Amino acid sequence: MNTPINIKVKVNGKEYKRAVEPRLLLSDFLRHDLELTGTHVGCEHGMCGACTVIMDGVSVRSCLIFAVQADGHEIETADGLGTEDALHPLQQAFMEEHALQCGFCTPGFLMTIIPFLRENPNPTDEEIRTAIDGNLCRCTGYENIVKAVKKASVKMAGKAK
Amino acid sequence: MKPAAFDYYAPASVEEALDQLAELGYNGKVLAGGQSLIPAMNFRMARPAALVDLNNIKDLGYIKEPGEGGLAIGTMTRDSVVEHSKVVMDKAPLVVEAMPFIGHSQIRNRGTFGGAIAHADPAGQLPGIALAMRARLHILKKGSDRWESIDDFFLGPFMTVIEPDEMLAEVVLPPLPEKTGTSYKQVSRQHGSTTQAAIASVVSLDDKGKVASLRVVMMSVGATPLVSSAAEEMLVGQEPSEAAFREIATKASETEIDPSTDMHATAEYRRHATHELIIQSLTCALERAKGKGG
Repeated sequence: MNTPINIKVKVNGKEYKRAVEPRLLLSDFLRHDLELTGTHVGCEHGMCGACTVIMDGVSVRSCLIFAVQADGHEIETADGLGTEDALHPLQQAFMEEHALQCGFCTPGFLMTIIPFLRENPNPTDEEIRTAIDGNLCRCTGYENIVKAVKKASVKMAGKAK
Repeated sequence: MKPAAFDYYAPASVEEALDQLAELGYNGKVLAGGQSLIPAMNFRMARPAALVDLNNIKDLGYIKEPGEGGLAIGTMTRDSVVEHSKVVMDKAPLVVEAMPFIGHSQIRNRGTFGGAIAHADPAGQLPGIALAMRARLHILKKGSDRWESIDDFFLGPFMTVIEPDEMLAEVVLPPLPEKTGTSYKQVSRQHGSTTQAAIASVVSLDDKGKVASLRVVMMSVGATPLVSSAAEEMLVGQEPSEAAFREIATKASETEIDPSTDMHATAEYRRHATHELIIQSLTCALERAKGKGG
């Protein structure tokens, strides 16, 4: 039951090989085994959205997937977005629009919005609100997040992806 | 939070999965999208001894149009794929209309069509939608298979006729008659949160504009999704009218449901919401049926 299973996962373009217990959640695997702490863990039952990551191009809750299930799949996390010196345009827009205060929910928002903007590079406010309805933020009241997404969409559309 | 330890199997084929389920018996549990099972495991409300993960079986995810019409949906088809499918919108718009109410986009990217039906959450959307659409279910076990009508499928909250060594493989949604309108109405505290009450209606008209057949399904107000027999008895063969819808709503919400009180809503509120939603849903489905030349 506790016998580790070998998995091979690509995270932010880098391949990792690890042995994991079947019950290990993808969220804990990213944070504890790979030490990629950009993914935050909130409610751990799929309600808050803080642990959202991108798996094979679509956003998913990393607390509702076992690490063994990521074997052979590709994961993107907030760790792979930008650096402190060169923020991703979405991160930059979040900063400029004050779309975060405590920052706990932010990685989940980012990893929800990035695939959304890939699909819909020029969204309306209404579409943005629908897209983020699975992410809770207790600081901002969401208004500035919507503004930031709008701003980032304009900037990112200019750069084509 | 940590789920309790379990044995993990990830078969690559249906045959292999059925072998494993047969071997595991009551110790085995199918893992589909996991968007209901894994939270329950995180809380340790569910502690399956072994999981048989269907996610590596590629040929369980599909949307087909069988020769006899309607749709055949593979059990592992992701909700988001169903939600954005043009053919589902065309053949079963009721399914597409209910989709945005299922959790959030991240949940629908992982959750599966068949998994939600087999999970049989009385507050779930897809069990009720399948009931409204008169679905047929293809259930497999090692060495045999069977077809079940959705009418006989649900036994209670989170309980169905699927045995531990069996799995749901396909959901068939029969074709809707011409001049049919459908409608899904739901209330919940916030978008994406638990269903307080929901109604799915399917109304078919005949050439004279009378009701040829209809089905009204009530969700989150009993141990399983419930079909209103009052609606059928009072409306089939009749001219549809607002007065008739009101009468049905009263009878159904007073005599056909058994709502309970929990953190999401009181029984009284659920009864009231069911009443209102039946009227709204039937009105909307009728308009849509008429729009198809009825």
